[in-house]
Amino acid sequence: MDSRTNIGRVRGLGSAKHGGEHWLKQRLTAVGNVLLTTWFVLSLFMIPSFEHGALAQWLAQPLVAVPMILMIANIFSHVKLGLQVLIEDYVHDEGLKFASMTLLNFYVIASAVFGIFVVAKLAFTGAPA
Amino acid sequence: MAKNPNRPLSPHLQVYRWSPQMAVSIFHRATGFVLATAGMMTLLWWLSAIGGGAESYATFVKYVVSAGTDGSAVQIASNWFFRLVALAVTFSFFQHLASGLRHLVLDIGAGYELKTNRTWASVAFVAAFFATAFVALFVASRFIGVL
Repeated sequence: MDSRTNIGRVRGLGSAKHGGEHWLKQRLTAVGNVLLTTWFVLSLFMIPSFEHGALAQWLAQPLVAVPMILMIANIFSHVKLGLQVLIEDYVHDEGLKFASMTLLNFYVIASAVFGIFVVAKLAFTGAPA
Repeated sequence: MAKNPNRPLSPHLQVYRWSPQMAVSIFHRATGFVLATAGMMTLLWWLSAIGGGAESYATFVKYVVSAGTDGSAVQIASNWFFRLVALAVTFSFFQHLASGLRHLVLDIGAGYELKTNRTWASVAFVAAFFATAFVALFVASRFIGVL
């Protein structure tokens, strides 16, 4: 016989109420990516010159650096969510899955920080010689 | 939990006849992987080469875009490798965009009728193919001097 109360018996057994979070974040970053990558592709078509000096000046402008930083952050969040699903679906060994997930997190965070730093440095300190 | 290798398995991909709906689904994953790895690494190299100054940008151009007339064998091989990468990444971008938009429509509950579903799966491939062809021809005529 279980002498606990009804509420005591069921507490902690329900959903954590986070079930939809991953799914929803994936869609939200997807919509963000549609906007930001459309901006990026159109910009590539409209850049007048692909000489280094012109590109550095282009990238250092606030209205280019800000969407570029947003795009890097948004893409790598989407990459994290998407590749996480690939690992969950195709890597069945628990140890390997843990290692893959760790590497994925390293890859995504290191790449995003690197990209954001590069753009921010250019925007704050100006184009290098 | 111990794994039993003799447990029965459900039929896998190879027993089904391929349809556009199946293809667009697995292509969404494959193209996502290409964009996440090759696509983003090339983008970061490009951005950091711009940030690194004229000399580092020249190195990027030599290996990725065009080694020029005095390029080494390694650089010329690298140019061709990156032309293939660029083609794969361009196709992946448009394919992932088209099938991603299709997914957003499916997520609001529309487009599940058999014929509609099949049509839009095919449209994703056709759109990605033509968009890739357009970009490839544009780049070839403007930057590589072909056409």
